[in-house]
Amino acid sequence: MFDPIDIAITLGKILLVFMVIMTMAAYLVLAERKLLGYIQDRIGPNRVGPFGIWQPLADAIKLFTKEDFKPAGADKWLFYLAPAMAAIPAIMIFAVIPFGAPLTLFGRQVTMQVSDLNVGLLLFVAFSSIAVYGVALGGWASNSKYALLGSIRGLAQLISYEISMGLSLVPVVMLARSFQLSEIVGAQEGCWFIVYQPLAFIIFMISILAECKRVPFDIPEAEGEIVAGYHTEYSGMRFSLFFVGEYINIVVLGGLAATFFLGGWHGPFLPPVLWFFIKVLAVAFLFIWIRGTLPRMRYDQLMMFCWKVLTPLALLNILATAWFILLKG
Amino acid sequence: MEQTLFYIMATVIVIATIFAISEKHPVHAIVYLVTSFFALAVVFYLLAAPLIAMFEVIIYAGAVMVLFMFVIMMLDQGSPEDAERPPLMHYLPALVLTGITLVSLVLLLTNRSPVAAAAVAPRLVSVKEFAITLFNQYGVAIEIISMQLLFAIVGVLYLGRRRKP
Repeated sequence: MFDPIDIAITLGKILLVFMVIMTMAAYLVLAERKLLGYIQDRIGPNRVGPFGIWQPLADAIKLFTKEDFKPAGADKWLFYLAPAMAAIPAIMIFAVIPFGAPLTLFGRQVTMQVSDLNVGLLLFVAFSSIAVYGVALGGWASNSKYALLGSIRGLAQLISYEISMGLSLVPVVMLARSFQLSEIVGAQEGCWFIVYQPLAFIIFMISILAECKRVPFDIPEAEGEIVAGYHTEYSGMRFSLFFVGEYINIVVLGGLAATFFLGGWHGPFLPPVLWFFIKVLAVAFLFIWIRGTLPRMRYDQLMMFCWKVLTPLALLNILATAWFILLKG
Repeated sequence: MEQTLFYIMATVIVIATIFAISEKHPVHAIVYLVTSFFALAVVFYLLAAPLIAMFEVIIYAGAVMVLFMFVIMMLDQGSPEDAERPPLMHYLPALVLTGITLVSLVLLLTNRSPVAAAAVAPRLVSVKEFAITLFNQYGVAIEIISMQLLFAIVGVLYLGRRRKP
């Protein structure tokens, strides 16, 4: 019924993906600090090891040894659970992303993907809508005004931008005629979808920027207004779960942007896995660059932009794509 | 394997739903209900309906419950832990209805012949097949439902309009 080798391969892939994502997330933090340093005409962290490459390790030790603190009157269980609720859905989305061409090892076809679900795209939408709970419950359970304000802002923002993100993916599904991520990548073998769908790509990028709560959409944690938003009361490892969760989100959403619009692992000359990494890192670099460049939006501007600009544009784009496909036959 | 998973998930659903009903604190009740929806999605997946499983998570766990929570978080709840449970009489209608449902379910299960059971054996339906059936066979129903949603949107816009001072 179940082949033990298949199970072993799947477990191996899960372990590999988990390790790579965690490492990438840790080094994205360093890359962000370095790049922001250069953008702001500073040097950035350079004390721990050559060029500061052991900085993530030092940070991890510091966070692990900090006191685990719970504010008075906080809701104990939800306060402890919320950081996990924020980080776990992000990691789980990576299960459906194909990160390389299928390999043949010892006469056995091994797909470079943990699970090739036929509803992969919907799984992504589902888990990104579940990630809202970490933000909302974390802020609410802290029993603090700033945290509650942050989590209410976060809730409103995430619900709204989920809609424009979902709508921007509809043309991709229409072109690929499938929800399966491996087929979406397969459909881009000749031409990447960004060529057919530049508008959908821009809407998707703006929406995922808002989904990972990054500048200019970081109003749930706007440090100038509400201290640190929904994770104000967190310390030590629990804070770092929220923090690293954000960077895991960048890696995963970068992978999804590559899969949906940038041809996944397709590319000339270089091996497929490398191409995938380059695309993910390019998206991550773009995010960091935007953080170093743009100011924060105001809450009402943020909502207005989503509901009055992005959503109607995405709907029009779907209509145009439908006409294009219908006329082309 | 599937059967074991099904029984685990079924237990999770029943326990989480009981907690969702008996929990006095609305936010905790929501967390339990979301757990139950998640387990239900896994059951749908085991029944070879991945599309329904995803819709369960996207719509119920990801949209409906999030909106509930948004409203509850903004309300001043006082101290829900100190609230009194309603008297047993208030549970009576719910208990009667549950009893009727349970009895009819047991009757159905005991009277069904094994042939009929084999006829509805689950089969993996692709998204394409599902969509074609939905929009060809039930096209009118879909249109009516979407019209109703449109009415709801227009109604909300009317209620939420900015009144002249």
